[in-house]
Amino acid sequence: MQVNVLFFARLKEQLGCSSLSLELAEGSNTTQLKAELVSKGEQWTILEESSVLMAVNQQHISDVKSLANGDEVAFFPPVTGG
Amino acid sequence: MIRVQTDDFNVGDEYQALRNRASAGAIVFFVGLVRDMNLGEQVKGLHLEHYPGMTESQLEAIVEQAKQRWPIQDASVVHRVGDLDVSDQIVFVGVNSAHREASFEACHFIMDYLKTQATFWKKERTNNNDTWLDARESDLEAKSKW
Repeated sequence: MQVNVLFFARLKEQLGCSSLSLELAEGSNTTQLKAELVSKGEQWTILEESSVLMAVNQQHISDVKSLANGDEVAFFPPVTGG
Repeated sequence: MIRVQTDDFNVGDEYQALRNRASAGAIVFFVGLVRDMNLGEQVKGLHLEHYPGMTESQLEAIVEQAKQRWPIQDASVVHRVGDLDVSDQIVFVGVNSAHREASFEACHFIMDYLKTQATFWKKERTNNNDTWLDARESDLEAKSKW
């Protein structure tokens, strides 16, 4: 299955990437997706920082979530708007 | 009404729109501007980024929460993104209701929630460099009082 992954703000800059498409095994979850990204190289380990937040289909997640084909997964730092 | 935009907004127009949309007795609004100093550093401007789609839904949800808690008739949130200079307008939050207490409180609530919940990120331009800002503990404390 395929998921679309987005990166915002500091993460987007440090990774030099705003979005990518990732092929995952059927039934994969967010932990497996993150491990797949981290295995891409040293700079991707920033996704493991405890402050990094995740959303699946534009909803915050605080725990592991199983993924489905076509899901949109986003990684971003704590928000600083207003 | 929720809008995320690069263009500036006109406070008079936003106020008038709130006035037109309901027969309120009390309108309260807040406008946030780019500060020239932050943590002792001279600031030249900001770059603001958001998560298109998610940010707007979050703002809708925050306004909805405010409507559950206070008898407000309507609320507007306009938030800018892109490059901003010192003293530029960043955000407008306006609320109307029959009585001032609800308008004051709901406006404050929406602003405190927006700062800690909505997916916006600020990058600051100073004389030395450009840096993404960290979330502030004081903002989380401000939110927790509600």
